[in-house]
Amino acid sequence: MIELTVNGTVRQVEVEADTPLLWVLREQLGLTGTKYGCGIAQCGACTVLVDGQATRSCSLPVEAAVGQPIVTIEAIEAHPVGAKVVEAWVAAQAPQCGYCQSGQVMAATALLATTPKPTPDEIREAMTNICRCGTYNAIAEAITLAGASL
Amino acid sequence: MSGGLAAALRGAMPPGRPVNLSRRGIFAAAGAGLFLGLAIPLRAPRAQGSQGAALRHAGKVAAYLRIMPDGTVQLQNPFVEGGQGIDSAIAQIVAEELDADPAAFSVTCAPPGEDYRVMQGGNGRFTGGSFSVRSSFAHFRTLGATARAMLVAAAAERLAVPAESLTTAAGRVIQPGGRELTYGELAAAAALLAPPANPPLRDPAAFRVIGQPIPRLGVRERSTGKVTYAIDVTVEGMLLAAVMHAPRAGAGPAAVTNEDALRALPGVHSVHRLPGAVAVVANSWWRARSAVTQAQVAWQALQGPVMEADFTAEAMLGRLKAAAGTQGNTAEEAGEVTPAFAAAARVIEAQYDAPYLAHAQMEPPSATARFNADGTLDVWVPNQAPDLFQASAARVAGIETDKVRLHSPPLGGFFGRHFAYGSGNAHPQAILLAKATGRPVKVIWSREEEFARDAYRPLTFATFRAGLDAAGQIVAFQAAGYGEGPITRHFGSGGLGNPPIDGSIMEGLTGKPYRFATKRIEFVPVPHPPGVNLGFWRSVGHSMNDFFFESFLDEVAGAVGQDPFALRLALVSHSERHQALLRGVAELAGGWRSGPFDAPDGTRRARGVAMASPFGTEVATIAEVSVSDGEVVVHDLWVAIDPGRAVNPRTIAEQVQSAAAIGLSSALSEEIRFEGGEVATRNYDTYRVLRRDRMPRVHVRVIESGAPMGGIGEPGTPGVPPAVANAIFALNGQRLRSMPFGRTRLSGA
Repeated sequence: MIELTVNGTVRQVEVEADTPLLWVLREQLGLTGTKYGCGIAQCGACTVLVDGQATRSCSLPVEAAVGQPIVTIEAIEAHPVGAKVVEAWVAAQAPQCGYCQSGQVMAATALLATTPKPTPDEIREAMTNICRCGTYNAIAEAITLAGASL
Repeated sequence: MSGGLAAALRGAMPPGRPVNLSRRGIFAAAGAGLFLGLAIPLRAPRAQGSQGAALRHAGKVAAYLRIMPDGTVQLQNPFVEGGQGIDSAIAQIVAEELDADPAAFSVTCAPPGEDYRVMQGGNGRFTGGSFSVRSSFAHFRTLGATARAMLVAAAAERLAVPAESLTTAAGRVIQPGGRELTYGELAAAAALLAPPANPPLRDPAAFRVIGQPIPRLGVRERSTGKVTYAIDVTVEGMLLAAVMHAPRAGAGPAAVTNEDALRALPGVHSVHRLPGAVAVVANSWWRARSAVTQAQVAWQALQGPVMEADFTAEAMLGRLKAAAGTQGNTAEEAGEVTPAFAAAARVIEAQYDAPYLAHAQMEPPSATARFNADGTLDVWVPNQAPDLFQASAARVAGIETDKVRLHSPPLGGFFGRHFAYGSGNAHPQAILLAKATGRPVKVIWSREEEFARDAYRPLTFATFRAGLDAAGQIVAFQAAGYGEGPITRHFGSGGLGNPPIDGSIMEGLTGKPYRFATKRIEFVPVPHPPGVNLGFWRSVGHSMNDFFFESFLDEVAGAVGQDPFALRLALVSHSERHQALLRGVAELAGGWRSGPFDAPDGTRRARGVAMASPFGTEVATIAEVSVSDGEVVVHDLWVAIDPGRAVNPRTIAEQVQSAAAIGLSSALSEEIRFEGGEVATRNYDTYRVLRRDRMPRVHVRVIESGAPMGGIGEPGTPGVPPAVANAIFALNGQRLRSMPFGRTRLSGA
């Protein structure tokens, strides 16, 4: 039995200790807002916050997340920075297909939590998630917008 | 997906009777068994231009609209939303004529069925070819107007006044100086009325919703992880399946030699041999995936040929190059090109090529299948053509088509990925596994399996010749495209017309706006191996051909010392529309700049220009580049796009951003590589798609010329690679004739 703290709630799961956190969230806990994209920490669709850090959950064994608060997209609007990020995402109309956007929003939340007014270079360095719809410019606009409200 | 596909459908299907293609013929042509064309009843394909036929479903209000008591409008969309904004665009069109708030709409993808075949004269339905809005604009205007008339009639009855005395505004029927009734209050009564024929349509000059940059629907859900994509579908009691395809396509599993060991792994339910793959079914996908990667499989040939062990993309390009100079089938011709070349003072020649491309949409393929006690089957699968997938699912399951409920969830990107591509689809596996286990099964392809079994944009090759007179004028122009496109692969060569022309290989070499004194454009068929599945990739033939053509045109300009922008203006002197487009893009870019210049940030830069005419829309693109560490840096893209008329200019600008990004991605770094007959690029680490660090600014100008409506989703793509290539040439004199450019080290700072 593995005990996790997800979105403020303690959850117990029965999985192999090396199961990636992503699949525990999606399959054991039913939190399908976090997406599978590549499985090798390339695309960032699976990004969640682990102890406040943007983390690619497809490549994090669940045992490594034990004892650390995990925040997923399902709780993003309860996160003080995340709520602003979502509003900015909506205002900038950032998503197209939307599949990568959970991860993008989580990565942006982690960035703005430490750097509320990121420069374009800082956005470029922090936001390495892939968007096949090419919404990169709208995302940058949304991050700047969210930063202005922090 | 292309205009070529629609042409193929028209050409392939005999008019006036149901489609009766020989199944054997399709199998022979398509190798792995692809059913794309089989299920389309094209009763009156030539009636496409006929308003009456095109609108034959526009009175079926109940099939499309449900107005709830709170005023919410539930709309069944024949097209599937995958980021292109089609749910919003259709709502916007209906809202205009219905006189409702477009934000009050809730849109889902309609089930299969006759009522939703709004294309091809009311007989076809697919999401692709940038066809959705332009093919259904009249249908949805009429549908909205019909519903409005029914609501007005219901109000007239209730108020006991003539319908003509009533007006409407934003979801209400209004009696001037009197009462107001909401659509929600009237909906039940209105639904009992007969839909009127020929309801009056709003004067386009008075549109208040169409043409406005209103926000898309569902943006908040897409920003908070609330959309249920196919991969997220959960069915009670379902098992999860992971597959491992044969390393070389065309083989199938003879035996899984460690089946007992796999079955003993945690959570594993069963191990299965499928056509071309093995599957492990388990109580979680991760456990299924962990097990299937450990499978030891003896592979043997299926019925057809197995992918050659020495197959590579380079070898395929060699086959195409070996065909250079072969007399092809004439796709376009003007005047007598042979004597014109003989008389030319000078002839310029060049060869171009482009690689296999994957769609690389962010959502990996999946499918969920559930057999029900009543003999029906539910299937959830990402798809761009519900009727075809329903028929395909029924064939795999061995049941009647109407026993299949086909669900079409929103797509996590598609770009042409989700047509019926035979072995490229996951739903047959889900159905076979659900049958074998007696349980609902969801199959998910890992990213590696997806890259290995996608239907690729074909690797292609083209040759060009231009004959110039002593004054440097083009007097003869010849181009040829080589290979096999998805139309040949999936519809068979019998449907290519006479002479046979595969539009998915030729569009972009054909259909250019330039006038030459003489020209001949040819198609030279050369097959790809059956083990390489071929697909429609955003902007299809244009995705490579506009790069080829527009780059070669720059070569001609360079050879005669003419400015490439001025050359294009001269070549479209007969077309005000194209001149306006070129001037528009130059104006957007702050003026055309010829040759290299120093930018304020100290970089040495140059600009390139290209034109494209994809899917009924006209596009002109300017790129501004510099070179850093041997690689191109694209600073800005300016795109002028003329779709004739705009439904939502904001969505158009967003689609151009998106289309430009994928076009640049293909130009810079994308290519599927094979090693030993196996796909070697199987994840985003080796198949490099555009990331943020190389995304340029994209500036868009929408021009509404009033021409017949063109497409939006794809047209922004094909101008980008040639504009960038031409800018690189202007900067450092290096002419890139092969994509992706990242293979070539660039000179200059």
